Amino acid sequence: MAEKKTAPDGPHEFGFETRSIHAGARPDAETGARVTPIHQNTSYVFEDAEHAADLFNLQTFGFIYSRLTNPTVSVLEERLANLEGGRAAVCAASGHAAQFLAMFTLLEPGDSFIASKNLYGGSITQFGHSFKKLGWTCHFVDPTPEEFQRALAAHPDAKCIFLEALANPGGLIVDLEPVAEVAHAAGIPLIVDNTLATPYLLRPFDWGADIVVHSTTKFLSGHANSMGGAVIESGKFDWAASGKFPGMCTPDPAYHGLTFYETFGDFGFTMKARAVALRDFGPAMAPMNAFLTITGTETLALRMDRHVQNAQTVAEFLESHPAVSWVSYAGLKSSPWHTLAKKYLPKGAGSVFTFGLKGGYQAGIKCVETVELFSHLANVGDTRSLIIHPASTTHRQLSEEQQIAAGAGPDVVRLSVGLETAADLIRDLDRALAG
Amino acid sequence: MNQPAETLPPPLHYDDALVAGVLKDVRTIAMVGASPNWVRPSNFAMKYLLGKGYKVIPVNPGHAGKEIWEQMVYAELGEVPGPIDMVDVFRASKDAGGIIDRAIELKDEKDIKVIWLQLGVRDDAAAARAEAAGLTVIMDRCPKIEYGRLFGELGWCGVNSGVISAKRPKR
Ligand SMILES: Cc1ncc(COP(=O)(O)O)c(C=O)c1O
Repeated sequence: MAEKKTAPDGPHEFGFETRSIHAGARPDAETGARVTPIHQNTSYVFEDAEHAADLFNLQTFGFIYSRLTNPTVSVLEERLANLEGGRAAVCAASGHAAQFLAMFTLLEPGDSFIASKNLYGGSITQFGHSFKKLGWTCHFVDPTPEEFQRALAAHPDAKCIFLEALANPGGLIVDLEPVAEVAHAAGIPLIVDNTLATPYLLRPFDWGADIVVHSTTKFLSGHANSMGGAVIESGKFDWAASGKFPGMCTPDPAYHGLTFYETFGDFGFTMKARAVALRDFGPAMAPMNAFLTITGTETLALRMDRHVQNAQTVAEFLESHPAVSWVSYAGLKSSPWHTLAKKYLPKGAGSVFTFGLKGGYQAGIKCVETVELFSHLANVGDTRSLIIHPASTTHRQLSEEQQIAAGAGPDVVRLSVGLETAADLIRDLDRALAG
Repeated sequence: MNQPAETLPPPLHYDDALVAGVLKDVRTIAMVGASPNWVRPSNFAMKYLLGKGYKVIPVNPGHAGKEIWEQMVYAELGEVPGPIDMVDVFRASKDAGGIIDRAIELKDEKDIKVIWLQLGVRDDAAAARAEAAGLTVIMDRCPKIEYGRLFGELGWCGVNSGVISAKRPKR
């Protein structure tokens, strides 16, 4: 019998870079293949009828059908859970699909939740319009602890708080720790979209978040070649304590009366998101995309270090440029979020930010049309540097007033600074901003 | 965490080597509180462990004399025929102490070596008595989940196993 001994200095903690490369991905048991194979495959042969029954009843672990689980996708799921310091993860076809899986697992028709006003525009639309059709109401607030507190006082039945800690596009940073306390005092989870920071720059679970969602489309895959999303749970939220989550704590008719929290404990939320929401709505991540995203995560630390270094250099250049009226990057001392950046993002404030042009709308259009090296498109988190003028593209349907409220006024240009030589990026912007 | 940290004892840590050793060495498990209802966690764990080749003997006075997964149910630990390597307790923490004390009494007669308390079940004082009697104690864990975690199956459903290794897994 093995002897019970707890090592006096605790278990060895592997570093972030080691885990980025190894977590979830041992050599293939069958072949010894070192790189995770692409299981471009839909379905898995049962050993016998009983094995099949056990799998369908979730009484054993294994693969049935790739809408639920796929061996390539599950490597990425375990890796992301590990990098966030969480208990478990489920991947999805896109970041938006991941947000849907999380909310479908949490909410019943008629429920409401509180979200930050400063979110990726697509999330504002998803929450404000499409979720409304499912009977879910989102109350948007300025993302401060006080405003979340006020919103919860007005809507005491709200089921979660959702925010981007490092927000797209404004460069805004939310004071996570007190917001987590506000959520927990109400017995509800804090959900953080950690897309722009990635777990290398920020680990929301360390500050009290309970669920993290990602668009892996961005920095995690890192090369703009794969759509994807993920939901990760910390494993620390007590779903039973508040009585607000009957879907987790009472027998689920969508799964023969299984009670997910009781049966799967600290990964019950993930199991339910997979076994009900992913099963019934079907936005599974493609194995090929999982493979490309796995490869991306292996260099996450290296890439993020260079992304933030380049972003800082470019932001400082823009701040000193005569054609630029303001730069909103939390890495700059002038940013109102600089102090929060030092606390939450000590390794750097990401590489997506906005700046304003003195020449307004026309100068914005000229800038995106003149650049040679920056790609003019609607994405962030690529190795390539990206540029967009929101008022003439993503936000053109809005009135000028609405554009300004969304941080997308006529003078605003958004950058996602890539991994090219910083001097080349500066040269390109300098040319585009010239008279 | 959504509970004040003061009210919770510090989480337990067990070395992976200890848990893997227990799961490798143990063959016969008496499962106290095993339920015949297939949506109950104990029923899940029992089915899984049977599938992994363990002999699992259900102990539950409410169902004594019946069968769960074709295994005869006994009313209490002392009635289980033959040796028991491990007692796996699927009961509330407040009931665990009595079961642990009974296992300590039966230790030599039944050759009991390990007491395992399920996820969420913990009694530090009773565990100390069992360890003093020479038993290995694991609390607040599920053998199904630990087996899956340490032998590579749990990651299949996206769970962070914490295992980092470049060794080729044994088939
Ligand atoms: C912060 C953030 N969250 C979510 C999304 C949506 O992700 P996807 O496009 O993968 O659905 C995006 C996409 O731009 C984003 O930037």
